[in-house]
Amino acid sequence: MMPFLAFLTGSELLWAAVGFGLLFGFLLHRGGVTDFDVIVRLFQFRDFTVLKVMMTAIAVGGVGIAILHGQDLAQYHIKATNLLAVGLGAAIFGVGMVLYGYCPGTGLAAVATGRMDALAGLAGMMVGGIAYALTFDWVAANILPVGAYGKLRLPELLGLPEWVCYAGLVAMAAGIFALVAKAEKKA
Amino acid sequence: MKNPRWNPYLVGMLIGLLSIVTFSVANKPLGMSTGLAQAAGACAMPILGSDQVAANTYWAKTAIPAWDYSTLFLVGTMAGALLSALLCGAFKVSSESSVWIASFGPSKAKRLVAAFLGGIIIMYGARLADGCTSGHGISGCLQLAVSGWLFFIVMFASGILTAKLLYGRSVQA
Repeated sequence: MMPFLAFLTGSELLWAAVGFGLLFGFLLHRGGVTDFDVIVRLFQFRDFTVLKVMMTAIAVGGVGIAILHGQDLAQYHIKATNLLAVGLGAAIFGVGMVLYGYCPGTGLAAVATGRMDALAGLAGMMVGGIAYALTFDWVAANILPVGAYGKLRLPELLGLPEWVCYAGLVAMAAGIFALVAKAEKKA
Repeated sequence: MKNPRWNPYLVGMLIGLLSIVTFSVANKPLGMSTGLAQAAGACAMPILGSDQVAANTYWAKTAIPAWDYSTLFLVGTMAGALLSALLCGAFKVSSESSVWIASFGPSKAKRLVAAFLGGIIIMYGARLADGCTSGHGISGCLQLAVSGWLFFIVMFASGILTAKLLYGRSVQA
C-alpha cells in the first residue's frame, strides 16, 4: 500500500521529478559542491564543505523521515546489504570520485554550469554504465550473493531501539561538526 | 554577485528537507546513479542495437531506459544547476581546477582523459554498490541502512588513499 501522503501519481509524479531535481541541482551548485577542488580537498581534509552538506542532510532528513515513518506517513527504501558488492563498489567509487573530481550527481550538475571535464566524465559514466550492464549476469552470480544480508538497518544490526540510533546519529553529526570547526580554526 | 555560495549547513538542511518531501509526497528517495544507468542503456541502443539492450537482464529489470521519475530527476538536476549558475553569473565553459593543475599541469587533454576514465570507474562502482553519494550516502545513511553507512565509510577511505596517491604532491595548492 502506498503511504497516505504519497498523493503524487502518474504524470504529476514525472513533473514532480523535474521540480525536485531542479531544487536539488540548484542546492548542489549553491552549496559549492559542484566544484572539483571542493570535492577533492575533502579527501585531503582541507575543505569540509561536502561533509557539512551531507551530514546535515542526513541528520535533518533522517529525523524527519523517521517521524513520518513512525506515523505510517512514509515508507523506508532500504538497499540490500551485499557486503562484497557494496564494499568493492564503494572502494572503486572512491577511486573514480577522486580521479573524476565529482560524484555522479555533482558531476551532472557541474556539466550544466559549463564544466568540460565534468562532461567528459559524464561520457565516461555512460561507458561505465554500459560495462556494468554487460557484466551484470556474472556479477549477479558471483559478487552480489557474497555476504548478502538483505535490507538490514542499524537498529537491527546493533539491537538498539530506533530512537537511540537516531539520537546517536544526531550526536555523531554534532561531534563531526565540532571536530571540523576545530580543524578549520587550526588551518 | 561575487560570492554566490550559501552556508553549507543551510544547504545540507534544505537537501534534508527536500528528501523529507520526496519520501513523503512522492514515495521516492533522492538518487542519481540508477537514472544514469538508464541513460547508459539509451546510449547503448545505437551501439549494441535495441534488441540487445532489451535482452540485457540489468536494463530489462533494474535500469529500464525510459523517461521516468529517475531520469527526469536528472534533467531537473541539470536545469537547477544551470539556473543557479546563470542567476549568479557563474556559468563558465572551463575545465581547470587548482588541485589538478598543481599535480598534473595545465594540459586540458590530460584532464579530460582523466575525467573520462574517472567517469567509467565511478559509474561501475556506483552500479556494483547499487548506489552513489546520493542514493547510499544521503538516502541510505539517513534511513540508517547498513548498506548506506558501509558505502559512505569505504568510499571515504578509498578516496583518502587515492587522493594521497594522485595529488599527494599538491598539498600546497
